[in-house]
Amino acid sequence: MKGWMGKSRILLLFSSLMLFLAGCGDPQLSALQPKGEGADVIYDLMMLSVIIMVFVGVVVMAIYFFVLIRFRQKKDHEDYIPKQVEGNKFLELLWTVVPIILLVVLAVPTVQKTFMLADTTPAEDKKEDAITIEVTGKQYWWHYNYKGQEVQTSQDLYIPTGERVYLKLTAGDVIHSFWVPSVSGKMDTNPGKNENEMFLHAYEEGVYYGKCAEFCGPSHSLMDFKVIAVSPEEFDQWAEDMKNVNTDATPESQSAQEGKELFKNKNCIACHAIGSSPAAVGPNLTAFGDRVQIAGILDNNKENLIQWLQHPEEVKPGNKMTGKYGNTEAEVPLTDDEASKIADYLLQLKPSEITPEDAQ
Amino acid sequence: MSTAYAQKNGFFAGLWDYLTTVDHKKIAILYLIAGGFFFLVGGIEAMLIRIQLIQPDNEFVSAGLYNQLLTMHGTTMIFLAAMPLIFTLMNIAVPLQIGARDVAFPFLNSLGFWLFFFGGVLLNCSWFMGGAPDAGWTAYAPLSTTSPGHGVDFYVMGLQISGAGTLIGGINFLVTIINMRAPGMTYMRMPLFTWSSLVTSVLILFAFPALTVGLFLMMFDRLFGANFFDPSMGGNHVIWEHLFWIFGHPEVYILVLPLFGLFSDIISTFSKKRLFGYSAMVFATVLIGFLGFMVWAHHMFTTGLGPVANSIFAIATMAIAVPTGIKIFNWLFTMWGGSIRMTVPMLWTVAFIPSFTLGGFGGVMLAAAAADYQYHDTYFVVAHFHYVIVGGVVFGLFAGLTYWWPKMFGTMLNEKMGKLAFWPFFVGFHLTFFIQHFLGLMGMPRRYWKFQPDQGLEIGNLVSTLGAFLMAIGTIIFLINVVMTTMKGEKVSGDPWDARTLEWSIPSPPPFYNFTQTPLVRGLDALWVEKRHGNGKMTPAEPLGDIHMPNNSFIPFMMSLGLFIAGFGFIYQVDDSSFLILAIAGMAITLLSMFVRSVKDDLGYHIHKEDLEKGAGSE
Repeated sequence: MKGWMGKSRILLLFSSLMLFLAGCGDPQLSALQPKGEGADVIYDLMMLSVIIMVFVGVVVMAIYFFVLIRFRQKKDHEDYIPKQVEGNKFLELLWTVVPIILLVVLAVPTVQKTFMLADTTPAEDKKEDAITIEVTGKQYWWHYNYKGQEVQTSQDLYIPTGERVYLKLTAGDVIHSFWVPSVSGKMDTNPGKNENEMFLHAYEEGVYYGKCAEFCGPSHSLMDFKVIAVSPEEFDQWAEDMKNVNTDATPESQSAQEGKELFKNKNCIACHAIGSSPAAVGPNLTAFGDRVQIAGILDNNKENLIQWLQHPEEVKPGNKMTGKYGNTEAEVPLTDDEASKIADYLLQLKPSEITPEDAQ
Repeated sequence: MSTAYAQKNGFFAGLWDYLTTVDHKKIAILYLIAGGFFFLVGGIEAMLIRIQLIQPDNEFVSAGLYNQLLTMHGTTMIFLAAMPLIFTLMNIAVPLQIGARDVAFPFLNSLGFWLFFFGGVLLNCSWFMGGAPDAGWTAYAPLSTTSPGHGVDFYVMGLQISGAGTLIGGINFLVTIINMRAPGMTYMRMPLFTWSSLVTSVLILFAFPALTVGLFLMMFDRLFGANFFDPSMGGNHVIWEHLFWIFGHPEVYILVLPLFGLFSDIISTFSKKRLFGYSAMVFATVLIGFLGFMVWAHHMFTTGLGPVANSIFAIATMAIAVPTGIKIFNWLFTMWGGSIRMTVPMLWTVAFIPSFTLGGFGGVMLAAAAADYQYHDTYFVVAHFHYVIVGGVVFGLFAGLTYWWPKMFGTMLNEKMGKLAFWPFFVGFHLTFFIQHFLGLMGMPRRYWKFQPDQGLEIGNLVSTLGAFLMAIGTIIFLINVVMTTMKGEKVSGDPWDARTLEWSIPSPPPFYNFTQTPLVRGLDALWVEKRHGNGKMTPAEPLGDIHMPNNSFIPFMMSLGLFIAGFGFIYQVDDSSFLILAIAGMAITLLSMFVRSVKDDLGYHIHKEDLEKGAGSE
């Protein structure tokens, strides 16, 4: 590792690291490909720290390899006694002061950005129409209440692009953490009165993957959700559609009509609301047919929905729906026919013209 | 007072000897066996975790079992493997390095071990009694307080008992190092391992009570219906986070500081140079210890403490990089100009430097509060703390065990086998954990039982699991080495490494009274000073005389056993109040043992001068 060989190898390492950092993972999930203000700001800070670290790392490694190669005990020199050096004031001061300077370089933007990301008061001129959403994490799904808009949804969070959307975060049972890596960093949702705030600001339209990041029970790893960023016009349209949803509408197909009856008779309605109802204890199903995925993890099709309705415990262990409609683990809670009809009913719930496809 | 000293033979006599021993060297072996066993248990848990994550949507273990595995892996490795193995090293080396005949409180030393042991056994009993704890090793409320079954109860009781043992052990070493140094062994002549053990003991003294308090509150929440952490009843779960991390952050320094000291000793020995910047190293150790207490909330950047608290804790955390950097450079410059022998302990030490440096880089990155909003609770954090804890603590334990093996057993671990164990472990370690930094940034949160296909996380997880297999291979080779060395039993001299500190001035393994005559210390690296300026032997600081030794005692075992039994009683009285009998009986055993200890005169015995002279002749 001496001379130009060593230098070029380090350069190679450095540049390949940068390449690796710049383009890896799924662009809808990766924090390394920021698609929103929060993620962007953090990415810059991350890169600054990486540059500082690589600089320090190169210095340390250069000394390290030099020492290990140069000062190995030579053959026939077993009796050689090196000079017993006590220390060196200048050197020791040097490697105290230089790191302090480097840390200050990192600390200043860190503090700046920490305050910037914590600033969740809407700017004066936008105060009137800034969108505020109450987000509640529950085992193992997410509830959203658009403040002052009478719109409530679950799992898929629609936001407009190009502006900050403010979130007020709480939890219904245990601690969860709301994380959309490619748009913004995460924030915990605490049960009780510890409300947290953050903002989302997506630069471009897209369906971004969200994850629960705080360990919350058996299905912690299955508590996925989506953030659907659409243009402001589309968003207004969506909100309007959601507000005016007709919950009494009769489904077109016979099977879905029967499904609607079953939904009532099997007492699904006791937990799940369709339309805007703050009392619901389970996910709001108003726009279920437009969901990107069922339960956050299954492809949205009838087969999967039947599987979920009949064997919720197999799909999401420890979820709160298991056993809620008279089933034990052994018996199937709904017959194939019943599940199929309810599925038909749920899948035709598409109150809005704006769907995740509009965000692609 | 008895004056007889008789050696009994046979397996049961030997077993009885170990059950009752108060000799710090035998207690070190007890810690080694128990800690080593738990290390393997934790390792198996780790392998099961990595096998589950070898491919997306894997069904190898169920969600519930996975959560138990990850909880027990963390808890076991920290409390039942790393802590006791560090106590192995402290027990074997600290009294010898300061020229003491024993620790300050031999009885407490034994009590500390048995408390740790029974706490660990209690915790692991949960596997056979309806399921292990499943709320993560951090056991955040309300997930932990609402977790069904008795898993978390075992966590609370097991750690409470075992933590008491650690606290007792820490206090013992604190007093030992302050009070029992040989003449001439001033603070600024203490070997760095002893120095860092001293700082660690102080950290234990201040950190473990926070854990004790937290566990007590949780015990009352879970077992007696209190509501300290229940927000709906006016409690506050964030208090658990604070209490846990006020203990938990210093804990990582408790683990790694003694090994910093050890690395200093090893580097200096195998470079044939005195430590570069000794006083700066001491200062850095103390400073790291102090700052370790000031930064706990960096585990809580996303909890919602607000930007002011986050900024303060971010800067305080970054500050730790300075003394740590001082250490890294001083180690490099100790080697600079030296004559480096690449023995197995040195190999682990040399491997530690870049590994731990990378861990430190991850630490500084995590300290940037705003950026932590992306890293927190992801595989980036998993990668970081494994770099620190495996790269620092586990590497250090391998180095330390190999280094002091001859002192403990009088035999030397095979060097070739040692290197053969090192390489797969080292390569496997980086393979496993380096890529996890990227997994985290690519959107993989930690504690995930499954990851979804087609989200770009497949390759990273696969590589990581393959690396874990390599680490397992390295560990197995190390074990084979231990077995083979023990079977061969080739004796070595008292100073096989040509080392510099006091423990190498006496035979291997040392006689049970350590030093026939207390040595006189004439400088830093006491033995080296005598090798260079004397006749290679320590000058005695006292004339040959009778040595006073403490008696063996079975009481520590009984006291701990009582708490172990009571633990079951407390846990199961929730289901059936008749189990309170077990709790009362267990507490009675403990209190009765304490009573016996208090009223019985136990003055120890003397080894007479004449016997010492005979003994000295035969060596």
